[in-house]
Amino acid sequence: MKQKGFHLFLMLVPFIILVFLLNYLPLYHWRAVFYNYKPSLALTSDRFVGFDNFINLIGNKFQMERLFQVLANTFALSGLSMLTLPLAMFFAIFLSEIRCSPFKKVVQTLTTIPNFISWVLVYSVASSAFATNDGFVNRLLVQMGVIDQGISFLSSSNHVWIVQIAWYTWKSLGWSAIMYFAAMSNIDQELYGAAEVDGAGRFARIWHITIPSLVPTLFVMLVLNIANFVNYGFEQPFVFQNVMNQRYIETLDLFVYNQGIAGRNQAAAIIIGILKTFVSLVLVFSANGVSKLVRKESVF
Amino acid sequence: MFRKKLTGWDLLFNISFYTIFTLFALLCIFPFYYIFINTISANDLSTKGLILFYPRGIHFDNYLEIFKLKDIGRATLVTVSRTVIGTVGTVLCTSFVAYILSKKNLWKRKLWYRFFIITMYLNAGLIPWYMNMRMLGLTNNFFAYVIGVINPYNLVLVKTFVEGIPDSLEEAAEMDGAGTITVFFRVILPLSKPVLATIAVFTAVLQWNQFMDTLILMDDARLTTLQYVLWQFLNQSSSIARILQGSGAAAIIDPSRLLTPTSIKMTISIVVVFPIMVLYPIFQRYFVSGIMLGAVKG
Repeated sequence: MKQKGFHLFLMLVPFIILVFLLNYLPLYHWRAVFYNYKPSLALTSDRFVGFDNFINLIGNKFQMERLFQVLANTFALSGLSMLTLPLAMFFAIFLSEIRCSPFKKVVQTLTTIPNFISWVLVYSVASSAFATNDGFVNRLLVQMGVIDQGISFLSSSNHVWIVQIAWYTWKSLGWSAIMYFAAMSNIDQELYGAAEVDGAGRFARIWHITIPSLVPTLFVMLVLNIANFVNYGFEQPFVFQNVMNQRYIETLDLFVYNQGIAGRNQAAAIIIGILKTFVSLVLVFSANGVSKLVRKESVF
Repeated sequence: MFRKKLTGWDLLFNISFYTIFTLFALLCIFPFYYIFINTISANDLSTKGLILFYPRGIHFDNYLEIFKLKDIGRATLVTVSRTVIGTVGTVLCTSFVAYILSKKNLWKRKLWYRFFIITMYLNAGLIPWYMNMRMLGLTNNFFAYVIGVINPYNLVLVKTFVEGIPDSLEEAAEMDGAGTITVFFRVILPLSKPVLATIAVFTAVLQWNQFMDTLILMDDARLTTLQYVLWQFLNQSSSIARILQGSGAAAIIDPSRLLTPTSIKMTISIVVVFPIMVLYPIFQRYFVSGIMLGAVKG
């Protein structure tokens, strides 16, 4: 029996090696923060600089200012996306109020599709809708005589956060509502019957039965969001960034890319990456702790 | 059951719900419709901005011409290959590992399960990841696209499912002299179809949409994917001009058929979104069951 167990382990070995190489080994490269790292050169002992990279980053006033802006952007985008969480709940509640089920099905299918297209394609959609010369909105407005010249919606430094959250909501709202539909199908239908007998109207039933039953799901989504607070995606700000909006769109992930891959400041990129990993671990465990405390159940 | 008659308020709310949901559904689908009618309309009318709500001068030359452009034909091939190979690899390897991990008598079972699951939270960061991939020789290498076959989230889904399969079925097969691998292929795989379909559709969408790995790991134009080509075209008109020059597109004299930068962008967008638009409604239930299973803690 014991031999059988070891035999099973041997079949697992190739996969253990694969996951070690792809997921664990990158941590070994953290040592590059203590070196004067250049992509084409090996990390030899004469390039060892100790904590100089940290000191340089903290001492560089220009870099630090940019970093504070990047933090503000990340927190603003994550915070705003958290504010949009209840939208999905209301989407589900109101859609389920509609009795015509083919209509419901079609709305569900059409509104979930944007969740499954890439951010590059969302940007393509954005540019065919809002491009200055050949975007749909500008063409329509010019043809109707509302404006003489196209407005540059996409390369504007105004309301960058709100615009990005609007795209994020467009992409994810329909899909996020799916969770609430599932939670709603678990509500005991007799509750509604009893409420109706007691003379509760439509909104009284939503307020006193549906919403309280959905709050736990909303809470789980909130915890997941807190755990990912520093990880506002890379691809969305990356595809939407341009010279005009860069100041307000650069998130931590994008900063790491702009500094370390597009730019020449690999040291700063690695330092921020490492800090982000630790902060994100702390957030995951504290979010989980809060969940355990409140719901007596862990999310992860 | 008795139904009360609709009051004025009910009617008002019904009308507003229908209106809001119709508008939002249109907002989700109209952009794709708009791009599509522009790709099948006469290209000169499209350039002048005359195609807003319905197609005019319908033709399909854009689709025929675009695959003749060398870069796009190759990018399509790479994208389809990575999607197919990556999905098959992920489904087979993840379900095999999940099956082994579900065996109670596996040596150090708990340790190995944690070893795989912890990777959910292990994120070394972009630069260390890049350094690692370069060290492993996975830059400018097609394998980089398809080698990440073990995804911890999928692993949890499949393991939970496999643990629900009655042991008696496996034992019966083992009585007949079947080894672990035979049991996996003959018993576990066929019985796990629903959960495997779920991870397959999610992996396929992920592979099809993946963009960042090309951006960071691949300099070689031969390994470019459709998503990356689309992004390049959206950002750099120079890359479109280069492609148009080498294509002999100038030989087409008819202005309604002549490829333009906008027609190329729009046509690639439709090529990229087409499989998702067509397949999503068919596989919708697998996507939905995926999020339900995912909601159950692993």
